[in-house]
Amino acid sequence: MALLSKKDRGLLLDPLADNNPITIQVLGICSALAITAQLKASIVMGLSVVFVLAMGNVVISLMRNIIPSKIRIIVQLVVVAALVIIVDQVLKAFAYELSKTLSVFVGLIITNCIIMGRFEAFALGNKPWRSFLDGIGNAAGYALILIIVGFFRELLGSGTLLGFKVLGDPITKTGLYAIGYENNGFMLLSPMALIVVGIIIWIQRSRNSALIEEN
Amino acid sequence: MGLKEKLHGIKEDFKGKKMAPAFNALHTFLYTPDETTHSGGHVRAVDDLKRTMNTVIMALIPVLIWGIFNTGYQHYSAVDAAQGVIREASLFGNFFTWDNFIMGAWTVLPLVIISYAVGLGVEFIFAVIKGHEVEEGYLVTGMLVPLIVPVDIPLWMLAVAVIFGVVIGKEVFGGTGMNILNPALTIRAFLFFAYPTWMSGDKVWVHGAKAAEGGADAISGETILGAYAQNSSVVYDFSDKFFGFIPGSIGETSTFLIILGGLFLMFTKIASWRIILSAIVGAAVMGLIFNGVVDQGWIGEGNTFYGLMSTPFWEHLVIGGIAFGIVYMATDPVSGSQTNTGKYWYGFLIGFFSIMIRVFNPAFPEGVFLAILLMNVFAPTIDHYVVQANVKKRMKRLKLKTA
Repeated sequence: MALLSKKDRGLLLDPLADNNPITIQVLGICSALAITAQLKASIVMGLSVVFVLAMGNVVISLMRNIIPSKIRIIVQLVVVAALVIIVDQVLKAFAYELSKTLSVFVGLIITNCIIMGRFEAFALGNKPWRSFLDGIGNAAGYALILIIVGFFRELLGSGTLLGFKVLGDPITKTGLYAIGYENNGFMLLSPMALIVVGIIIWIQRSRNSALIEEN
Repeated sequence: MGLKEKLHGIKEDFKGKKMAPAFNALHTFLYTPDETTHSGGHVRAVDDLKRTMNTVIMALIPVLIWGIFNTGYQHYSAVDAAQGVIREASLFGNFFTWDNFIMGAWTVLPLVIISYAVGLGVEFIFAVIKGHEVEEGYLVTGMLVPLIVPVDIPLWMLAVAVIFGVVIGKEVFGGTGMNILNPALTIRAFLFFAYPTWMSGDKVWVHGAKAAEGGADAISGETILGAYAQNSSVVYDFSDKFFGFIPGSIGETSTFLIILGGLFLMFTKIASWRIILSAIVGAAVMGLIFNGVVDQGWIGEGNTFYGLMSTPFWEHLVIGGIAFGIVYMATDPVSGSQTNTGKYWYGFLIGFFSIMIRVFNPAFPEGVFLAILLMNVFAPTIDHYVVQANVKKRMKRLKLKTA
């Protein structure tokens, strides 16, 4: 990729795996547990965070030299809040059903630790273009985990993917259900999201032992 | 050359190879290994992990055999009941019969086999990957699992749950001896939350009831707890409940045999009498509180909780899985409290919460497995405070001495 220098590419790609905000930094867990029962909701949540974090990082980065450091948290909150309200209104206008499913969790993007974390750790000290890449990268890392978790939870919990009955119909007993398969109700409960995230963390760290923390 | 020498030979051949743990496990399972401790002074005792596990299994065998006969008995008496014939239980008249045994063995033994095959398979895989020896930890779990599930649970569900329970409940924490939660109960909890229609209701406790559902020859068998929770009366008298001629999970029906097993375990010092005793006291206290509430007239007969609250406290100990849970699960030395004072608290709270969950939560007809899992989580906390209290006491004494 000649488009991006090596450093910039790192900003974009590192958070997808070796510096993933959820599995490595363990941020943004609450929403990962709450909304991943369906793949669709996970995707929309992921996209919303990509938008909010990328835009927010750019805005904060542009203002980084004029924000008084004593009130920077308040400024960051105002920026995030504005962006989240935009996302919320867009969802309500164009995907009302989905915005009802996500309910309060879109609003709670404000409190998502990843966002404040990237503002503090990156956007306040870097130029807008790099902040933008960093925002995209981190939010994509977050979205990736959400999508993986959502995929397994919806597939095993409801037997569907994005609403399509991929395993057959549980009521008329077609597909897998004809031979006695049943949906795993535990997958729809939040504890199972935690366990799935835990399994991802486990697999990731056993593949790359450099990620294992010393304690 | 005998089998023993052959196994020793195989062991030498495979030493240091990847599959070594798998062969060693087979070897240790059949014979005591010829290994001795190499250095230093040691406490000498014969009760190694293998013997401990086997003692618990011995205590479980009568319960398993009873479960096999009872499975057949419940099936045939439910079929009779559907035709209007109410059976009077008699031990040698209609309980220990070939029909019951064959029906029961045909239903229960596949559960035992699946539980062991899948569980030990997971243990073998982990031992080979991690390069440690296969531990005996699954021997007891594998026997407990079939005893705490309803008879008609599909085998693939059991297999999935066993994989989940052994991996998430035990292996991620570092294997046998490191687990926070009791693996058998983790498996049951997984089944309960994942496939609730197979774990509760009035169709799952009798073999064949689920398959015949809605048909002309529909049968059913509700557990006593289920009946009480709906404020309805039961046809079983006290001796039925005590000796175990009742529907329920395979192993938990006969309180009598569980008491015998418990005495055996306490006598061999495998199970802690402190936990068992205090758990019984805890359950009795909670039961007495509920009885008191009913006696005071604070809740009427129309109340949702009336059926279970008015159950005499001693009967609470006989019905449902609480006796089985207290004797075989709460006394798990790994996931329970380690300190003696802690054991009293740990046991007491298990009994206390079991009855509380049983009465107050209609979604969980039996609370003992949740209560034990909850206290498993709190066991280290209890131990921590017991140790801290002791430290504080001794510091005080030291101060008095030096002052």
